[in-house]
Amino acid sequence: MMQFPETIDIPLDVWVDAAMDWVLITFSGFFDLLGQIILYFMIYIEKFFVWLPWPVLVIGVGLFAWRVTGRWWSGLLMGAMLFFIGALGLWKLGMMTLSLVVASVLISLIIGIPLGIAMASSDRFEAVLKPILDGMQTMPSFVYLIPALMLFGLGKVPALFATIIYAVPPVIRLTNVGIREVSPSVIEAAHAFGSSYWQILFKAQLPLARPTIMVGINQTTMMALAMVVISSMIGAKGLGLEVLLAINRIEVGRGFEAGLCIVFMAIVIDRITFALATKKKQ
Amino acid sequence: MEKIKMEKIVVENLYKIFGPNPEVALKMLKKGHSKDEIMEKTRHGVGVADASFKVNPGEILVVMGLSGSGKSTLVRCINRLINPTSGRVLVDGEDVTRLNNKELRHFRQKHFGMVFQNFALFPHRTVLRNVEYGLEVQGISLDARRKAAMQAVEQVGLKGWEDSIPDQLSGGMQQRVGLARALALDADIMLMDEAFSALDPLIRRDMQDELLDLQEKMQKTIVFISHDLDEAIKLGDRIILMKDGVIVQQGTAEEILTNPADEYVASFVEDVDMTKVLTAESVMKKSEIMAYLKTDGPRAALRKMQKAGISSIFVREKGKCVGIVTAKNCRKAADRGEKTLHAILEKTIHKVTPDVPANTLFSMLGDENQHPVAVVDENDHLLGVIVVGLLMSRLAETMQPEINGSASANV
Ligand SMILES: Nc1ncnc2c1ncn2[C@@H]1O[C@H](COP(=O)(O)OP(=O)(O)O)[C@@H](O)[C@H]1O
Ligand SMILES: [Mg+2]
Repeated sequence: MMQFPETIDIPLDVWVDAAMDWVLITFSGFFDLLGQIILYFMIYIEKFFVWLPWPVLVIGVGLFAWRVTGRWWSGLLMGAMLFFIGALGLWKLGMMTLSLVVASVLISLIIGIPLGIAMASSDRFEAVLKPILDGMQTMPSFVYLIPALMLFGLGKVPALFATIIYAVPPVIRLTNVGIREVSPSVIEAAHAFGSSYWQILFKAQLPLARPTIMVGINQTTMMALAMVVISSMIGAKGLGLEVLLAINRIEVGRGFEAGLCIVFMAIVIDRITFALATKKKQ
Repeated sequence: MEKIKMEKIVVENLYKIFGPNPEVALKMLKKGHSKDEIMEKTRHGVGVADASFKVNPGEILVVMGLSGSGKSTLVRCINRLINPTSGRVLVDGEDVTRLNNKELRHFRQKHFGMVFQNFALFPHRTVLRNVEYGLEVQGISLDARRKAAMQAVEQVGLKGWEDSIPDQLSGGMQQRVGLARALALDADIMLMDEAFSALDPLIRRDMQDELLDLQEKMQKTIVFISHDLDEAIKLGDRIILMKDGVIVQQGTAEEILTNPADEYVASFVEDVDMTKVLTAESVMKKSEIMAYLKTDGPRAALRKMQKAGISSIFVREKGKCVGIVTAKNCRKAADRGEKTLHAILEKTIHKVTPDVPANTLFSMLGDENQHPVAVVDENDHLLGVIVVGLLMSRLAETMQPEINGSASANV
């Protein structure tokens, strides 16, 4: 077998490190500030979920699930799953995980929907963004942990950051697709009646793209939940950390409990957002 | 400068060429190359080539042609849903092609209601909210626009359906919504791109009738696209015929039908029942001579007939056409020494207005009494007469170009 010549060695790693150093030094103030703001925001969300009395959440989610799915037993099941998390003694950790998911999904939507809209209204922007999104989705999720760690250190903020990077592509992509799928003749009619760009966006494109965007939100939420577990490696407290600790100590039972809670949480979030996405608007 | 009745829309030398570099294609087109040649050499599509026409206020202009002849492109150049490559479009004297985006939006809001072949309703909005859309975009208050929208919904006969969503309605009803959406605006021009083509024939006929009824009240300026000659004849005050982006003929239905500009037009005309198209006026013999019941006796009537070379004459009394006398009876009455026409006046006659279709005349002329039909104006003044022989020969004449057309095609 022929060895690849060692003289050919592109120092990509060195370059990336250098770039990262440069970013860290140049923008350290910015990232510190950003980190502070995000932290502040997250603490509030976490406080809210931890404060929320458990029966309120269990019953509230149950009723809501009943309403959106239209099946009482579905609501009952959702409520029971949440109850089970508490019954295993993991309520507080569960709420920490949930708050991280909620925070990262909210920020993902704030970033993702406008990007999706921009992508839909410019073919050139779409051509640039599409390969980037493809790359982001094929990259193994824990790769994002490294820059997050370097930019924000350990803790909730880098966990949130990594989660957003990992979870945001579907909502961008599906907002774009949803808007582009709107029938051109409807858009033409809107133009014919003298609508402006924003009027077309808010009165025709977004309402008609809503089901597709909701599917994007569903996917983003599921990915955020998956990433939250992984981001426990850089210090996010919650169910993910519980799993991580159990693995380290080879405590199968403990890991199973926490894992099961994550699955339940995933089912509840998925069913509800999916039902919202497919629900017919009356 | 005195403003006389101005054309509502004037289109001057309008071209639309699809493709990245229309100038090259435009030059070729102006040198006389054909649409196919230009497509082959430059990969540019010719949508409309050198179209010029005018639309008068309150008139329905029908643009007709086969699929792909550029009708939709032409009508979209008027409100600039498609930007023309060159040429001008004037609406009320204002050049639409020079408006910037904001001006264009306002111009559309003010002047153009549009109805589409595939309805193009907003599927997420109720009927009422579809209809109010144009007003909503203009920033009209909720109360005012709901009221106007409700009125438009009633106008098109959809009262009671205002809270339905379009998917729940039949095609005909959906297009009524489309029509109401355009009417609610109170714009002075309606652009209707094959508005009824997607509907089945019975519903289509209803919609056509309704449009004509509405138009009687509203007097909008309507540009109506159609590929159906019967529809064009029914709706159009004037018709424009297009082929390969070029206007090949324009005129009234009758002008086009009786004198097709070329074989393309003739091929359209072919399957139209001529008697439906020709009117009483176009098959009558002009004649204003009448006898007067009060003053004319048999001899006077006879003299009038002899002078005009006719064998019967309509009789008038107190401003009305009341009957007819024949030369034969006049002679008999004169021999009997009668002084008036009363005894020989035949009161069962057929009177028609000049615009009735010629096909309704056959039954009137088929009567055993064989009298001609009187063509009268609204004051019962005689305009002309129609006799069987004349009707037949006029029909034969108008069939002629079609016969020539198919004969030369066989050679
Ligand atoms: N957006 C477009 N791009 C390229 N060619 C077009 C476009 N729209 C229409 N055309 C071409 O222009 C011609 C006229 O089309 P159109 O106005 O839709 O005809 P019609 O409405 O009479 O069926 C056709 O040859 C069509 O292929
Ligand atoms: Mg068309």
